[in-house]
Amino acid sequence: MCTNISESVAAAGAAKGGAGWFPVSVANVGFDHAVGSPFDHALLLDFTDPARGPSARVAMELDLETGRALVAALQSVIEQAERSGAPV
Amino acid sequence: MWNSLSTDALRGLVAGVTAYKAGNGDLIHAYVARPEGPGPFPGVVLVHHLPGWDEFYREMARRFADHGYTVIAPDLYCRSGHGEPDDVAAAVRANGGPLDDDVVADCAAARDWLRALPTSNGKVGIIGSCSGGRHAVLAASREGSFDAVVDLWGGSVVAAELDATPQRPVAPIHYTADLHAPLLGVFGDLDTSPSPEQVDQHEAELKRHGKEYEFHRYADAGHGFIYYHRPAYRPQSAMDCWEKIFEFFGRKLEG
Repeated sequence: MCTNISESVAAAGAAKGGAGWFPVSVANVGFDHAVGSPFDHALLLDFTDPARGPSARVAMELDLETGRALVAALQSVIEQAERSGAPV
Repeated sequence: MWNSLSTDALRGLVAGVTAYKAGNGDLIHAYVARPEGPGPFPGVVLVHHLPGWDEFYREMARRFADHGYTVIAPDLYCRSGHGEPDDVAAAVRANGGPLDDDVVADCAAARDWLRALPTSNGKVGIIGSCSGGRHAVLAASREGSFDAVVDLWGGSVVAAELDATPQRPVAPIHYTADLHAPLLGVFGDLDTSPSPEQVDQHEAELKRHGKEYEFHRYADAGHGFIYYHRPAYRPQSAMDCWEKIFEFFGRKLEG
């Protein structure tokens, strides 16, 4: 099915794709048809720079369990980072 | 019928990318596949699925051409830039998908492009799978003047009003009264969009308006069961689906 589930956030950072590093300005999170993984549908994480065109994209397809684990790990690391006082 | 070719038939096909004047007068890409020879040939507008204007759809275009149809498959994502199909599809998805109005206009222009060919027999059908199935039903309902429409498990033909978006403001089921082309629908009972209940709703609406349609459902299949490159592939149901498509288009578009 086409779920059309998708959300976008403005991002600051960089991603490394086939052509090397590029700045990331938008991160997209979706749940829809999988292309590269064996799932029917997958969590779709795209790190992009739309100004550079559709190919400026680092993509991941994950199952929901991995997504939940990743959210927890991200939260944990963010809290540790904030406690450390190290600057971004 | 698949694999019913004669081994001494010498006809080939021609295929490649071109550009045509689509909705709003925009020049967009299309993959065109046609049989060699003077015709007359029926035409097919092939509406690609949500994963994009991809290799599977190019193969699908050539398959129809091999069976005697001139096919145009518009790149409905052409206005969103270029790259590998999954990258372009991801960009389109992030922006909420293509506008229904654009897709309908692009399909209508593709239909007219086919009819204007000197090799045309004057008849044009439209077919798509997944989002393309929805778009095929929508275009045939809103634009008319198609001679047949095939919906392969189009999701959101039936949709709640709260699921409407600026890109998809009206569910195609609400245009059922305006659908004048005969409709072939093919669905998997294990699909969740469209669910069997949604297929029932669509069928009830077609009956209510006295429309010509035939629906086929496969008990072992879910969404996208003809995609041989995906785990959802169900070979026997897929081949039966192809037979139904060729039989339907043969009846409605040839002769």
